[in-house]
Amino acid sequence: MVTQIEPYVMLSIVLFVLGVMGVLLRRNAILIFMSIELMLNAANLSLVAFASYWGQTSGQIFVFFVIAVAAAEVAVGLAMIVAIFRTRQSINVDDLHQMEG
Amino acid sequence: MENLGLLAPLVVLIPSIGAIINIFWGARLGEKWVGSIATIASALTFGVVVLLYVFMNYNYYQGVNVNPPVFESWINIPSAGLNIPWQQRVDSLSVTMMLIITGIGTLIHVYSIGYMHGDERYHRYFAFLNMFLAFMLVLVTANNYLVMFVGWEGVGLCSFLLIGFWFDRSGVAWRNSLAARKAFIMNRIGDFGVIMSMVLMFAVFGTLTYYEAGEVANPTYNEHLVEEIQHEAEAAEADLATGISEVTVGEVANAGEHTAAEPAPAEGQHAAPAEGEHETGPALPATSNDSIVYEDLGVFSRAQILSEQGGDVVVGPFTMPITTALTLITLFLLLGATGKSAQIPLFTWLPDAMAGPTPASALIHAATMVTAGVYIMVRSNVLFELTPTTMAVVALVGSATALVGGFIAMGQWDIKRVLAYSTVSQLGFMVAAVGVGAFGAAIFHLVTHAFFKALLFLASGSVIHGVEHGHHHVHEHGHDDEHDDHEEAFDPQDMRNMGGLRRRMPVTYFVYLIGTLALMGIFPLAGFWSKDEILADAWTAGLQDNNVIGYIVFGLLLVSAGFTAFYMWRQIVLVFHGKPRTEAAGHAPESAKMMLVPMLVLAFFSFFGGFMNTPRGVLGLEKIFGPHELTEWLESSVMRVHAGEFYLWIAILSLVVAIGMAIMANRIYARVPVFNRKRDPLEMMEATQQMWTMANARLYWDNFYDRIFVNPFRRTSAWLATELDDRFLHDWVHNKVLWNGFNAIAHFLSRDVDQKVVDGAVNGAGRVTRWGANTLRRSQSGYIRVYAITLLFGVVVVVLVLLLPLLQRG
Repeated sequence: MVTQIEPYVMLSIVLFVLGVMGVLLRRNAILIFMSIELMLNAANLSLVAFASYWGQTSGQIFVFFVIAVAAAEVAVGLAMIVAIFRTRQSINVDDLHQMEG
Repeated sequence: MENLGLLAPLVVLIPSIGAIINIFWGARLGEKWVGSIATIASALTFGVVVLLYVFMNYNYYQGVNVNPPVFESWINIPSAGLNIPWQQRVDSLSVTMMLIITGIGTLIHVYSIGYMHGDERYHRYFAFLNMFLAFMLVLVTANNYLVMFVGWEGVGLCSFLLIGFWFDRSGVAWRNSLAARKAFIMNRIGDFGVIMSMVLMFAVFGTLTYYEAGEVANPTYNEHLVEEIQHEAEAAEADLATGISEVTVGEVANAGEHTAAEPAPAEGQHAAPAEGEHETGPALPATSNDSIVYEDLGVFSRAQILSEQGGDVVVGPFTMPITTALTLITLFLLLGATGKSAQIPLFTWLPDAMAGPTPASALIHAATMVTAGVYIMVRSNVLFELTPTTMAVVALVGSATALVGGFIAMGQWDIKRVLAYSTVSQLGFMVAAVGVGAFGAAIFHLVTHAFFKALLFLASGSVIHGVEHGHHHVHEHGHDDEHDDHEEAFDPQDMRNMGGLRRRMPVTYFVYLIGTLALMGIFPLAGFWSKDEILADAWTAGLQDNNVIGYIVFGLLLVSAGFTAFYMWRQIVLVFHGKPRTEAAGHAPESAKMMLVPMLVLAFFSFFGGFMNTPRGVLGLEKIFGPHELTEWLESSVMRVHAGEFYLWIAILSLVVAIGMAIMANRIYARVPVFNRKRDPLEMMEATQQMWTMANARLYWDNFYDRIFVNPFRRTSAWLATELDDRFLHDWVHNKVLWNGFNAIAHFLSRDVDQKVVDGAVNGAGRVTRWGANTLRRSQSGYIRVYAITLLFGVVVVVLVLLLPLLQRG
């Protein structure tokens, strides 16, 4: 039972900002992926914390869904990264700008 | 019997049907059928008219209005108070005209079958002739001026078509067309008068109808009539009461028919109907119009009422006394009559109208159409009688025309042209008779003139026909070489090419002589009676009414009568007497029976026609033929008709003048042996040379009109055509102003508006789009980082927007 919410929120913000920074600053697709996971988990953390704080279970159940979807996403994302690496021998996202207008 | 009047529409319908059949199918039917259909149509119409005549006698000579079906409200404009039905008037005047038109018309149809034989437009000729009959009958049966005007214009059209009938005959095509055009245009001037007269009449009186139903045309006459009928009825009843057998009644009935009608019917108050045969008689005619309100009266009664009241009438923006209005109306009507009846100043078209086929000239330009002007003036006698000024003008115009026509006729060489000027002159007699108030004499002369002038024209047609055939005969029999030079110049109508036809054409000579004597006014032929009555009436007008005009008319007409005798005898001598002056005349054959029979019939009427109006006190003739029969008959429909007096000295004077002038003509022309020099003896004599030249040049009247009207008109037209139309309108306005203006505007539109503005807008839209696209596509860099940071900013903005209200509240 959480009685003080601030530390959780602070940690969640730190984790989320780290994730954002990772997505924006890293070039390696794997790392960007991991940063996205970090952001997802930051969100999960705040959900769980608030749910516990308010004594409601819906937030915790929601986290399960997020984890499940994230797992599926990882599976698809990693497959794509593997496919890209096979064709281009690189997973540097700066090389992947064929979609420019 | 009562319903016999309802046949009136048939007189227009039957010839119309004949005309329609011939114009559409005539070419396929062939000559025999075409001629038969037209003649039968004409004869049937004559039969209907005879039935109408019987009806008139039965109906105590009272006119009736007939409303043909379908046309009941022919012109109806309620807002203007204008309702003009297509109504017909059957009365003694119109029946007289109808008898003449259809009777002579039928004879001329028969004659035309022979005369027009072999013409390439045979069917068209007969269609026109029937159409003319239909329109002429519309004219005389109309019960208002507007319907009359339809016929008036229609006969003008037929006249035009028939004058120009040979518009493509080699050599004279242009002359014929010009003559037709001249007739049409001069008649238009007269029509202007009729239209003006009608407009004024409608403005002043509010109606154009002659007589409304139930209106009495001549109350005075009806009073006498009713008295007479009642008197006879009483006498008949008295006879019955005394037990006299039915035979006597029958005799009384016959005697009654002679003067008025059948004896009084049994509807009188005296007794119940005694005899079955008397039950069917018509009601007694009314004797006055006093019980009829103004709005239900015709134009003549209204004119009388207004004229009695005096005062002013308002015609549009003008206010004028009623007498002025009436004078204007009648003067305009006179203008119309001068056009149609070929009077000064519009007479010059009639002699040229002789370009048409001769039977058409006989019917239209001698017997019927040209008398329409006289007819309409007699029809409007009430109006004319109310305006002494117009009467004086009419009298002077008529007698001057008689004189001028007679004078010009003396100097003409063309056989038909002489007769044409004679017609002008005789129409002048009729108009002069109207002018002195002798309406009965005018119609009498109209009738007799129709007989003998139609006869003379038909006979001259026979002469022309004969000379033409004689010419062909000569031509075919081996004289070709010698005569080739003269071929072009030969004119079968020129009297110089005739002579001695008496032996070649005895029947034609005989009828021609009768026509001539009738026209000259030799006792006891038709012309004598009518011409004498006009002279006597003119003298009476001078004597009784102290009217100087009467004496003037008398003098002028007497001189014209002398001219008439002179030119007619000159014609007889030149055409028939002496020796043939050309081989054509020497070989002229007599015409076919088809042509001779109508002439003989007309000759009969030319001889005896005058007895229909025998004056009292001439050798007891009135006991045989009845005194003033025609005048009395007309009296029921013409208010101002009165039996003229007979002056023995006038009759003898006019006879002496006529015979004297004929003898003079005989002395002058019969003595000249041969006319090889082609000059008139009068021309060769010093004393008469100038006079003859004047007559031959038609008093320079046509030249005068050419100079004053025709040439300026042509010059104006030429100027308008070259200067105004060609140079100004075509060259300048069209080619310069419009053409260049159009080009300039088109160039401006295509180059400046279309290419610059429209195309610029379209291309500009494309360019703007492309520029926008080029600018925007740079934002799509393809780098994930860029998308991610955009997303981040978006999220921040969204979050801020969501949080901002919370922050403010907090």
